[in-house]
Amino acid sequence: MIIKRKPLNLAERLYLPAIIGGFKVTLRHLLKKKVTMQYPEEKWVVPEGYRGAPYLVKDQEGNTKCVSCQLCEFVCPPKAIKITPPGPAGQLADRANAEKMPKEFEINMLRCIFCGFCQEVCPEEAIFLQKDYSLTGTSRAEMIYNKEKLLALGGVHAGVQKWKHKADEAKEQESFPVKA
Amino acid sequence: MIESVNNWLNGLSDTQSLLLFTSIKAIGAFSVMMFMVAYTVVLERRLCAWIQDRIGPNRVGPFGLLQPAADGIKAFFKEEMTPAHVRKIFFTLAPMLALIPAILNLAVIPFGSTLGKQPMVLADLNVGILYTFGIVSLGVYSIVLAGYAANSKYPFLGGIRSTAQLISYEIAMGMSVIPIFLYVGNLNLSSVITAQTGTQLGVLPNWFALQNPMTFLAFCIFLVSAFAETNRTPFDLPEAEQELAGGYNVEYSAIKFAMFFMGEYANMILVSAMMVTLFFGGWTLPWFGLDQPATTPIGGVLHIGIFLGKVFLFLVMFVWIRWMWPRFRYDQLMDLGWRRFIPVALANILVTAVWLWWRSAQ
Repeated sequence: MIIKRKPLNLAERLYLPAIIGGFKVTLRHLLKKKVTMQYPEEKWVVPEGYRGAPYLVKDQEGNTKCVSCQLCEFVCPPKAIKITPPGPAGQLADRANAEKMPKEFEINMLRCIFCGFCQEVCPEEAIFLQKDYSLTGTSRAEMIYNKEKLLALGGVHAGVQKWKHKADEAKEQESFPVKA
Repeated sequence: MIESVNNWLNGLSDTQSLLLFTSIKAIGAFSVMMFMVAYTVVLERRLCAWIQDRIGPNRVGPFGLLQPAADGIKAFFKEEMTPAHVRKIFFTLAPMLALIPAILNLAVIPFGSTLGKQPMVLADLNVGILYTFGIVSLGVYSIVLAGYAANSKYPFLGGIRSTAQLISYEIAMGMSVIPIFLYVGNLNLSSVITAQTGTQLGVLPNWFALQNPMTFLAFCIFLVSAFAETNRTPFDLPEAEQELAGGYNVEYSAIKFAMFFMGEYANMILVSAMMVTLFFGGWTLPWFGLDQPATTPIGGVLHIGIFLGKVFLFLVMFVWIRWMWPRFRYDQLMDLGWRRFIPVALANILVTAVWLWWRSAQ
């Protein structure tokens, strides 16, 4: 198809409408509120469900939730997690409903890809991807977070109480038909 | 202390005092110009950011005012690459040539009236404007040499474009100012300023840009040619980032690259100073008797301030236009230069000459 081009009139050939139009647009933007966020001082609100760094959480009594099952270690695609189990004669878990807890739990944050598989696979709801997105360190060794650090950063996750939910579920299944 | 300095100054012969004061003025003017180059870069970056709804560099020093220092340190300490395929001598020569014309032209610009007994112009040449155009035409060599020396295709295309563009617009630029000098009667830039003193219709300045249609047209042509001569948008074809990946400066890095930018901004300042001198009354303001040479040091400083203020407004315009309009197509550029501006400038000379002849015959 051949598009008919309208011949330019004198004002248009002098580029005057374009000049004025350009000036108006740029002036409007010049006076407008700026969209830049001054990052380290201003930070964006991290939305719910954001997949940040994975940290270990404690239950509402302040005990370690992890039972050292090593599922997260196996599922982790970049092999960022390394768990040292306590062994047969090792330390016992610090809470009821658990046999053991990890002797050491390390996440290499340089390898972690924040996929959330560890959170999904965890039967004890002991590891969660939290809201930290800017992890920095001055050496590689510093970027390997150990159990102590992960627990401190993870905090208490009182919202999710697995064994309470399990009891509720069991109670519900006693009657028929089972609720969705 | 002051007395002994005074005695020493009075004891100098004419040649000695000329030498002394000219070197002081030269160093002063050069430092002010380099300072302005640095801060025009900041102005450009901040203004472009604002136009694009951003904030721009504001981290180095208060309000980002130390940004030029950071940029300078970076440019000096970056690794300087000289590609193996370049022509080394020209490759080194080109960035040096980028700055020289602008600095040389500074000599004839009257940037103030008087300070003490000293006229605020480095060389009050009687052929001021001829000198200016002579030096301005050297400006093309840096880009041409850079394009040629780089020995690769994009810089070469940039160099070729630049040659054609600068040569074309130099003609229009040179011819556009002839009507001004027909009015003034000689080629001295100080007398151009004297011719623009006073007011018309009581309040309006008697500047050449506002004096009559012929000089206004001359200003329009000069303005557009100035954009073309300084390689600024909408005529920045030699460095067209999108088409030529940066044009003539592709192969350059570190301080050599920075030299081209300093050259570009120095040229902008120079051309703004030229426009202020030729069309906007230089250091004068028509009100409060500011159009007469200063008698007190404060008046002298005020005149320099007025001049710098006018130059600053032109710089803002240069920068703003860069972020306002797209680039001309190459054929449009050539068409505008050769088939519009040169005939119009010629006609303008003729009309002005006829008008002046008719007026003197009255």
